[in-house]
Order: sequence, then C-alpha cells, then structure tokens
Amino acid sequence: MDLSIITIKEIATKLKAKEISSEELVSLYLKRISEENEGINALLETSSSALSAAKHIDERRADNADLGPLAGIPIVLKDNITVQGWEATAGSRILEGYKASYNATVTNRLREAGVILLGRANCDEFAMGSSTETSHFGPTKNPWDKERVPGGSSGGSAAAISAGFAPMALGTDTGGSIRQPAALCGVTGLKPTYGRVSRYGLIAMASSLDQIGPLTHTVEDAAMIMQVIEGRDQNDATSIELSQTSIPELIKTDVKGLKIGIPKEYFVDGMNQEVEEIVMRAIKEFEAAGAELVEVSLPHTKYALATYYIIMPCEVSSNLGRFDGIRYGYSSSAEDLISTYERTRGEGFGPEAKRRIMLGAYSLSAGYYDQYYRKALKVRQLIKNDFDQVFKDVDLIIGPTTPTTAWKIGEKFNDPLTMYLSDIYTIAANLAAIPALSVPCGLSNGLPIGLQLMAKPFNEDTLYQAGMFYQSITDWHQQSPG
Amino acid sequence: MKLTDEHIQHIAKLARLQISDQDLKMYRDQISSILEYVETLQELNTDNVDELAYGADQINVMRSDEVKSCEPEIKQRIIDEFPNREGDLLKVQAVFEDRTE
Repeated sequence: MDLSIITIKEIATKLKAKEISSEELVSLYLKRISEENEGINALLETSSSALSAAKHIDERRADNADLGPLAGIPIVLKDNITVQGWEATAGSRILEGYKASYNATVTNRLREAGVILLGRANCDEFAMGSSTETSHFGPTKNPWDKERVPGGSSGGSAAAISAGFAPMALGTDTGGSIRQPAALCGVTGLKPTYGRVSRYGLIAMASSLDQIGPLTHTVEDAAMIMQVIEGRDQNDATSIELSQTSIPELIKTDVKGLKIGIPKEYFVDGMNQEVEEIVMRAIKEFEAAGAELVEVSLPHTKYALATYYIIMPCEVSSNLGRFDGIRYGYSSSAEDLISTYERTRGEGFGPEAKRRIMLGAYSLSAGYYDQYYRKALKVRQLIKNDFDQVFKDVDLIIGPTTPTTAWKIGEKFNDPLTMYLSDIYTIAANLAAIPALSVPCGLSNGLPIGLQLMAKPFNEDTLYQAGMFYQSITDWHQQSPG
Repeated sequence: MKLTDEHIQHIAKLARLQISDQDLKMYRDQISSILEYVETLQELNTDNVDELAYGADQINVMRSDEVKSCEPEIKQRIIDEFPNREGDLLKVQAVFEDRTE
C-alpha cells in the first residue's frame, strides 16, 4: 500500500473488506509522519487520541454499524480551523498556546462521519501568504524538492498529502491558498463556491472571500469530502442551503459536448513556456474527448490582483482587530491599555500580517475610503460581470493554476509584490465567488504543474465531471515525489 | 502613492501596532510600492457600477429573536483562556483614567 498515492476511495474499499483496520491505517500514517515530518514540517502536531478514535471505529465496524465511506480514515486540518482542545495558532505567535474552545462546523461534520482527526497542518500566518514562509513555526518544505516552497497559505495541507502523511486534508482559500499549493505539490485542491461550506470555526482572514475546501489525490476523493462538510449551517449566516448535493458515484466522467472557455488574457507573451505547453497539452485532452474549446475574454483580469490587495487587507484589518492580548492569546502588558494593544500586536504579529493590517487601515481611513476600498468593490463587480458574461456561453473556464512551478525558499520572501503575483490566476475566483479546482497535469524539471478549472456558482458538479474525466485518462495525480 | 514615515506612524497608531524605528522604513517602502501597484484601478471608469461587497446573493439572513445561551463547558474554556482574570471575570487595564487637576 503506497501511502503517498493511495486514495480515500481505495482505503474505504479496504476498510470495508476488512483488509486493514482503521487502527493499522492510522498507525502507518503516524509512523510515516514521525519519520519524515521533521524534514518537511507539514504538520505542527499529531493528535494523541487519533489511535483510540480509530479503534473505536473498528469496534463499530465489527458491530456492523452503519458507517459512511469516510469512517476510519484520517484527515489533517489547516491550523486555522478549530478543533476543541487542540491548539489553534493560524501559524501565528499571537495565538501560540491558545486552545480552541469549540469545534468548527466542518470539524463536527467530519467527526460525525467517523473521520479520524489526525493533526494540525502548518500554514502562512493567518493564511496570509503564497509560500507558507510566514508561519511563526517555520516554513514547510515542498516534498518534491525540500529546498523549495510548497506554496501557500495551505502549504502544510498540500505537503501532507504529497508526502503521504494523510489521504485527505482541509485547507482554506481566500485568494488561491488551496489551489496554488495543490498545484505546486502535485495534488488536487478545490475551492468551493463562496457559501457552500460553513466558515464557523474558521479563524477569519477576509470574510467575503474565505472558503474551506479539501486537498486530496483525486477529484473523486474531494467530492466525497465535500459531501460531508458542505451545506447550510445555522452558525454561519453566509452559508447557503444547497438545492442538491453531489453524489460522487453518480458523476458521469464524459465531457462530450462540454463547452470550455480559454481566456485569452491567461495566455500572454512572456508567460513561462513550460507551463504554457503543459497546460495546453492538458486542455487538448478535453478536446480530443469531444469537449468544445472556445476562446473567451475576461477583460478585467489584469485588475484582479489590485482589487484583491485592497479588499482583502481591509477585511483583514477588521478581522485581526480582535487579537489584542485581552481575552485570549499572546499578551504583552505595557503601561496603559493602548500601549498593551500596540505591544501585543507589534510583537505577536509577523511582518506580512502587519503589512496587510496597515494597508487595510490606510485604505479604510478617512480621505482614502472612496479612492481605495469603494473603488475596489466596484471593480470587483466588473470582474464578476466578466465571469457571468462568459458563463452564458461556456460551462467551464480553463487555464494554469499558477504562472510558475515551486520556487526556492527565501527567493521571493523579501519582495511582497513578486510573491503576490503568484496568485494571478487564482484570485479572480474568490472575488467572483465561483468554485475552482486544481488538478496535477504535468511536471517541469521534476516539479508539478496544476491545471485550473472554474465553473458557475454552485456548479461543483461540472468541476467534478471534468476533473474526474481528466484523471481517468491521465496519471499525473498518481505521481509522487522521490 | 509614496508614504512618509509620519503616514506609517499614523496608520500604525490607527491599527494599534507598535513598529520599531528600524522597521518603519521597510514598511514605508513596501506599503508605498503596493499602493502604487493598486493605483491601476483608477484607470477604470466605474461611475455607473455598483459595489460588490459580498459574494453570494443573500440579504438579511434572520433568525428568531430567542436567547440561545452558550454551553457551560464552552463558557468555562473561554474563561480559562483569559490572560488576566479574577474569578470568572476578565481583568483589563483602565480604559479611562481618573484625572484630578
């Protein structure tokens, strides 16, 4: 059993057939983690109750209890998703040692499905970053080349799947933070439509953009996780009552007649040649199977990054206002209350968090609010309009997930703007609140490249259909490092 | 938009962030270059465009006005996280000072 590529579906079959017990399975993963996590730093902690939880599932299975397909299978959770009793740091010093007082809704839904909560995955501080280098707990290394970044901010989650530490992970995606590390680590990642998955218990970064989503080896696995975690939650007013839920077994992997748009703005002169060739090769597979490729235009593409880097810091400056050393977390006392706030936050937050808080505070301040924040909200509408327009003619939009493969640790760290540019393809989907999927589609100099698919709001089914088709005729998702 | 040291100090004050003098210049330059980059949005005419603050279509998701209390275990865990406490009460520094002149 090759831990680095085995899928949830395969494991579920083995568990049901009693070829392996959940306890044995979890032990295998824990052993691998104990041997290899130090060199990768994907996980911050593993749970001391994972084995007993696994044993409990085995007992229930022996009693012929009605167990779902994910029961007894371990998952790792990005460290901004709360598990009661576990530390929840969001990769930050300001929450170091903080123990979550309640379970996130996704945590509860996974537990009810019998999933084994295995551990906490490293991430950029407060999910702010594209390389997992801003984590207070050290960078995560890309399992394909440990001198390179795994991407971010869900770098720990992506690296954990790639390194075979777990067959499934949850990450979060605000500007690409599931899809980009999935692409750089050669795994599958899905950002659901905004509102599809409850954000209750997610340490907030940008509330109009954040979504929790799965990272796995296959699209089918991702769909299985979505079945468990998605849907209306009373505790999250922005979560939507779904009119239907996808049943992975019923998804047809036939793309004949599917109309797929290729945005001309995504394939420009000067783009990385290897990425272009490999992504185009992947796109042609759909055409060969009967899909219709259509050139489309998303005219406001070049403004998406700027729009995001105003709206997101504004929301961040508001959401991170709660970290003040008063009710929880890191606290650094000074002579008076305001100084306590300043010192706690000055010492507790890393540079990227402080940068974004300040950008946001500035853009929302008197005299600049209209010019920056309100302007960005209007451009956001224009970006959404672009997608609405294109989706009148096509079912899917396709392109690269990232402009390059994984870069070396430290290479972009001191130049924020260069770092931000790695998100150019992923950011628009968050602004327009549409679902987006990244699947592995090739290697360049031994480093993974991701293919991104986007669909209309709540049309995850079409993403599953196209993604599962692609993974039925290629085997990039079965490649593993070393 | 090239910010000055004073701009950064003002923003840091608004955001309740202590920034050291050495870091001041770094943040000033980095934030200035990001602000310069986002200036590109000014190229677009958005006179007749509505603001999109929020992704989905919902408006005013309500629930009935009933008291839903917190589970006692959760309440206790929250209290246990207070950095400074007296009994079950959160202890804070004075918000207002008593000044006698």
